[in-house]
Amino acid sequence: MAQLTAEEIGKRTKKEKRAATWKAVKQNKACYAMIASFMIFFIIFTVIPVVMSLPMGFTDFNLAQTPKFVGLSNYTALFLSDKVFIQSIRVTLIFALFTGPVSYVMCFLLAWLINSLPPKLKTIFTLIFYIPSMASVYTVWQLIFSGDINGYLNSFLVNLGVLNAPVQWLTDSRYVLGVCIIVQLWISLGAGFLALRAGFQNIDKSLYEAGAIEGIRTKWQELIYIVIPSMKPQLLFAAVMQIVGSFTAGTAAQNLVGFPSTDYKAHTIMTHAYDYGWVRFEMGYASAICMILFLAMFICNKVISKVLGNNDD
Amino acid sequence: MKVGESMKNTDKLKGTSRQAGRKYGGTVAVFVLLFITGLFMLLPIYLTVVMSLKPVEELFVFPPKLYTLRPTLDNFRDMFDVLKSNRVPFSRYVFNSLFVTVTVTVLQSFFASMAAFVLAKCKFPGSKLINSVIVVALLYQSNVIYIMQYMVMSEMGIIDTPLALIFPAVASPMGLFLMRQSISQIPDSMIEAAKVDGAGLFRICWQIVMPNQKPALMTLIIFAFQGAWNIQGGSVIFQEQYKTLPTVVTQAASSGLARAGVAMAAAVFMLIPPVIVFVLAQRQVIETMAHSGIKD
Repeated sequence: MAQLTAEEIGKRTKKEKRAATWKAVKQNKACYAMIASFMIFFIIFTVIPVVMSLPMGFTDFNLAQTPKFVGLSNYTALFLSDKVFIQSIRVTLIFALFTGPVSYVMCFLLAWLINSLPPKLKTIFTLIFYIPSMASVYTVWQLIFSGDINGYLNSFLVNLGVLNAPVQWLTDSRYVLGVCIIVQLWISLGAGFLALRAGFQNIDKSLYEAGAIEGIRTKWQELIYIVIPSMKPQLLFAAVMQIVGSFTAGTAAQNLVGFPSTDYKAHTIMTHAYDYGWVRFEMGYASAICMILFLAMFICNKVISKVLGNNDD
Repeated sequence: MKVGESMKNTDKLKGTSRQAGRKYGGTVAVFVLLFITGLFMLLPIYLTVVMSLKPVEELFVFPPKLYTLRPTLDNFRDMFDVLKSNRVPFSRYVFNSLFVTVTVTVLQSFFASMAAFVLAKCKFPGSKLINSVIVVALLYQSNVIYIMQYMVMSEMGIIDTPLALIFPAVASPMGLFLMRQSISQIPDSMIEAAKVDGAGLFRICWQIVMPNQKPALMTLIIFAFQGAWNIQGGSVIFQEQYKTLPTVVTQAASSGLARAGVAMAAAVFMLIPPVIVFVLAQRQVIETMAHSGIKD
């Protein structure tokens, strides 16, 4: 019914429009009542802080004094004189391009493969692939990649005869980024993966039967014609999660290869924002950095939504 | 496949049994593939558990071993000893954590599912705006937000109370987004039919939609529990009596005993509850399918 009023609105004058909207609002009282509980908390603890933080990028804010308006100078400084920021853009792009798509495809394929297992094994394998994102254990990766001969990887490779001397995985600028990407991939089978698993459980089994009658023979055809079309909402959810996860990566790298990393090889935009925000307390500058990151993610999300054929957003 | 088809034509029975064999073979292949990938995923977790059980003298043995000769609970004991030496009894932290986790999980799941249903299935003035704001909120990550959140909470006077841990976690845009995506797959006709029968939105949501959404709902609960269990109230809670487990366990692992084994013990200890919840919830997801009479 609300749709109907929306169509009518176009033909009417402003005053009538407002009256119609008001009528629609009243008609949908139940809807507002049901989102109220969520919206109250969402507005107070997310929307208001976000809106308050938006103008901070245009200020000089050190947490102690009131923010001072400085115009665009944070942004010009970022692009014109901050060499580390330019490096962090490069690192973030490499990170995002490697971990984002790879882990997205992995999430989907693993969820799909798990789906063909018997129920007990489903739970076990879902747990195995999801557990890294539950446990934030960077310490163990430090032991695996440890630079001395006591590191698991070094001792393994030396014993095997592949290496003559231990490699400084965590400090050698040639390996730092690669190591961080591996660890990031390891923890990246998170929310998106689990949402896709849930999506597979929800596919109506009669669709497969109908497909078999229509002449779908191979698993591959089933994937293209049945599975992917009926998983679109979950695929979009997983895409958004992957965008956020891969663009804002940094914590794992910071914990693993130290901060700052050798030659800033694993210095992501998020690490840069952390540096200015919590180390130097230049919050204005840090929030300008975050704003640029947000714009990048926003554009990326728009593109992916288009590709996945979602026109709502 | 071709062989299977021709077999079906000549000898139907034999053909189907051959197909079944192939299906079984496929499952085994999938299992082997997943098993190998799974080993890589599990190795660091396995090492964490082994390290947490290693006695001190085994920690720096060369070459490093993938197992322990004398498993011991010393690391766990040491961690608890540090926790016990605090002014507040250990059980208090456990209670705080459980209280915060359960409250957040229940409220978050309840609020997000209800809002997601309305946003997915009803069109009303503002619904489009809210839908896109949710996605924007997911994408907007800034460390300034926490400062603003702090200011809002101090304005409300809830800093240094358990509410400062609970309130910001109650409305989860991610949870809502997950549920909205999943509910959008339910055919409109189902909801229209219920409306014709005179059911209100609240009843439609909880008696018709949600029973169909068990996989997504259980996933939401896993996310909510995991997030809430790991809430670190370091910057909003200062009184010892309101601190939660993650805060004090990290403190115990990093200060006092800066020993790899204890850090691993802390990680293993903190991992147990989310894993239990995960397994219980995932079982539900799979059982639903079995009960609805649809064979795999």
